[in-house]
Amino acid sequence: MSKEQELHDTLEQAQTTQEARMGSATDERFNSRLRQAFGSSPFILTKLDKFMNWVRGNSMFILLFGIACCSIEMMHTYAAKHDLDRFGAGVPRASPRQADVIIVPGTIVSKFGPRLKRVYDQMPEPKFVVSMGSCTVSGGPFQEGYNVIKGAEEIIPCDIHVPGCPPRPEALVYGVLKLQEQIRNGESAPVTVKPYELEQFGDLEPDELVKELATEINEDDLVMRYNWVDSP
Amino acid sequence: MSLEQPQRPDVGVTPDGELNYDELAELLDGHVIDREQHENAEGFVIRPDEVSTVLQTLKQEAGFDHLSLVTSQEYQDRYESIYHLKKYKDPTQELSLVVPTTRDDPVSQSAASVFDTADWHEREAYDLVGIEYEDHPDLRRILLPETWQGHPLSKDYNQDQPQIVPLREHADPMEHRTEVPEEQDTMFINIGPHHPATHGVLHLKTVLDGEQVVDVDPDVGYLHRCEEQMCQQSTYRHQIMPYPDRWDYISAGMLNEWSYARAAEDLADVDVPDYAQIIRTMSAEMSRIAAHLLAVGTFALDIYGDFTAIFMYAITDREKVQNLLEDLSGQRLMFNYFRLGGVAWDLPEPRAEFFENVRSFCEYIPERLEEYHNLLTSNELFQSRVIDTGVLPTDVAKDYGATGPVARGSGVDYDLRRDDPYGYYDELEFDVITDDGCDNFSRAYVRLEEMRQSARIIEQCVDLLEDWPEDERDIQANVPRTLKPEPDTEVYRAVEGAKGELGIYIRSDGTDKPARFKIRSPSYCNLQTLEVMAEGEYVPDMVAALGSLDIVLGEVDR
Repeated sequence: MSKEQELHDTLEQAQTTQEARMGSATDERFNSRLRQAFGSSPFILTKLDKFMNWVRGNSMFILLFGIACCSIEMMHTYAAKHDLDRFGAGVPRASPRQADVIIVPGTIVSKFGPRLKRVYDQMPEPKFVVSMGSCTVSGGPFQEGYNVIKGAEEIIPCDIHVPGCPPRPEALVYGVLKLQEQIRNGESAPVTVKPYELEQFGDLEPDELVKELATEINEDDLVMRYNWVDSP
Repeated sequence: MSLEQPQRPDVGVTPDGELNYDELAELLDGHVIDREQHENAEGFVIRPDEVSTVLQTLKQEAGFDHLSLVTSQEYQDRYESIYHLKKYKDPTQELSLVVPTTRDDPVSQSAASVFDTADWHEREAYDLVGIEYEDHPDLRRILLPETWQGHPLSKDYNQDQPQIVPLREHADPMEHRTEVPEEQDTMFINIGPHHPATHGVLHLKTVLDGEQVVDVDPDVGYLHRCEEQMCQQSTYRHQIMPYPDRWDYISAGMLNEWSYARAAEDLADVDVPDYAQIIRTMSAEMSRIAAHLLAVGTFALDIYGDFTAIFMYAITDREKVQNLLEDLSGQRLMFNYFRLGGVAWDLPEPRAEFFENVRSFCEYIPERLEEYHNLLTSNELFQSRVIDTGVLPTDVAKDYGATGPVARGSGVDYDLRRDDPYGYYDELEFDVITDDGCDNFSRAYVRLEEMRQSARIIEQCVDLLEDWPEDERDIQANVPRTLKPEPDTEVYRAVEGAKGELGIYIRSDGTDKPARFKIRSPSYCNLQTLEVMAEGEYVPDMVAALGSLDIVLGEVDR
């Protein structure tokens, strides 16, 4: 008899929980099957970081974060019909300090850019980003707007891009599943060059614009230099 | 005002309810320099230093109590602000006040002393076009960051120049105010722009005294994605239509598309076949149901913090509407279904099945409303939270230009579907729901009951569509591929959106793209009333008031 068959048979014969509770013999609920499966050693050997990656991928706290149109589809993804919770990723947290995944659902404009950066910075490591919708990929239909930042990647590193305007809830679920797969495999986000960084106003190169604003902005105020032309 | 006071008839109205512009010009006695013809109304040109006098006269004597929109634009030789005036009792009586200013010195008198709503409209005009308003209470940028250089919709704006955007730590504005007694301890608190109760990226600068709100200053512009610029660089025929979907994105796309369709069709003299109008009416009302469902669901979330029952019910019901809309248009959220002169395509085949689905949905809505009424309006907990909180008196609502469920919840009987009929509404039977409670409860109640009326309208449309002869199903009028309206035609047209009066102003310059495209966003006007409703109340009541306003930031910021 093959080993598999043997295992199968023993499992067949194993007692149900109720029988175990009723019976007078020793309680075999907790370790007997595993013990039979793994032989004499009752341990699963793995690397801690591998285990942690597995845990992270299966229990994601997502930041409750709405920007624009995509957040409506994001709400639908959380709610009854599509139910992101099925995949171990459906606990929206209102505070960035409790979240480890941020879905960026919508157009980012110059005024919101620094805020997005701040929200992202407030999340504890390790953190992951799903950018949802065409606006966070490239600025989408608003790319030519004087005030629009051409993609979330300009400000924060993104792990997964879900294109669409807006993506259907199914697409977002697929994106989150792909992110989980990535996390489980221990892959991290590709490091991107970020043209928009928050820096202190005093550290900026003192060009014409900086000189003009010198009376309005303090030296130690955090600012973002928004350069419509240079972003891709 | 006592009830015995006899109602004085408005100056300049003929017995059959038409405006007599000559009489109005006479009333203004010498203030009118010139008269222009716009598609929707006549425009009186007045001097920039006489704005408030003229507006005061028109408001007092001629009954123009609704400042619908302030449009600002730049010509080669001048700046121009247009005040679009209407009457709450009859919005077809319209008048535009055109205020030109020179390019060298673009200063015009503010209208904020006459209409409270002018405050934000003029700030926006200053921000985007660069007209300055004298005697304005608080003239600073509203949509763009305070340190922005230049005015993006003015002619000499250079989009390529870099900008610096600060991440400001806001200071307590009450700290140095003298009327607050020394011993009173106020606290400044930022609510938003990332906060679940603000329904998007709204930033409320709030000053608290204990748990009471002393001062609240909504800071908008975190989603200002240049919708007007986008529309000004797109062609009339096809390129503009996808954008309206993204103003009020709560599935209310059909209603928004209609606002553009109505304005552009009036501009270019396009007639829409009846069959297409009925499909438009039906789909628009579906959109309204979807939008109101979300408003109710998130309002329950604000009041109860209940993520489990009402919110989920609302989303589940929205899925049903969205399925119907998807059958019709192929999209769940951004429909792009309307075309100038009609709709994109006919109803889905098999028609009988589609009609059956729509009908069963219309029967389902009143049943569900019983459930929502049980969970919300007849629930004692809900009542104690929302009755007599967030009070918005009728006069104040009018002064702030509030429209839609916010106005109707304050007892203003104003609904463009009935008062300024478009589409097929004048052939259909429905009631305009009003409630004079003026509080959070009234607004929630009005939204719930409006869904019942929308279901009624949809049912009547299905009846009509079912019996429509097969060879008369014209879904589009014959509209030229490239639309070039006559140069310098101006039109301002509004429809009843989910949040209120959604208007579009278009000026053509003879090309296939609009020279000026201005959006009158109902949420933008409604949001201004938050200060009235929240100041002096507790923080949770402010959150309730904000939820009952049902703003959508895509439409506030555009």
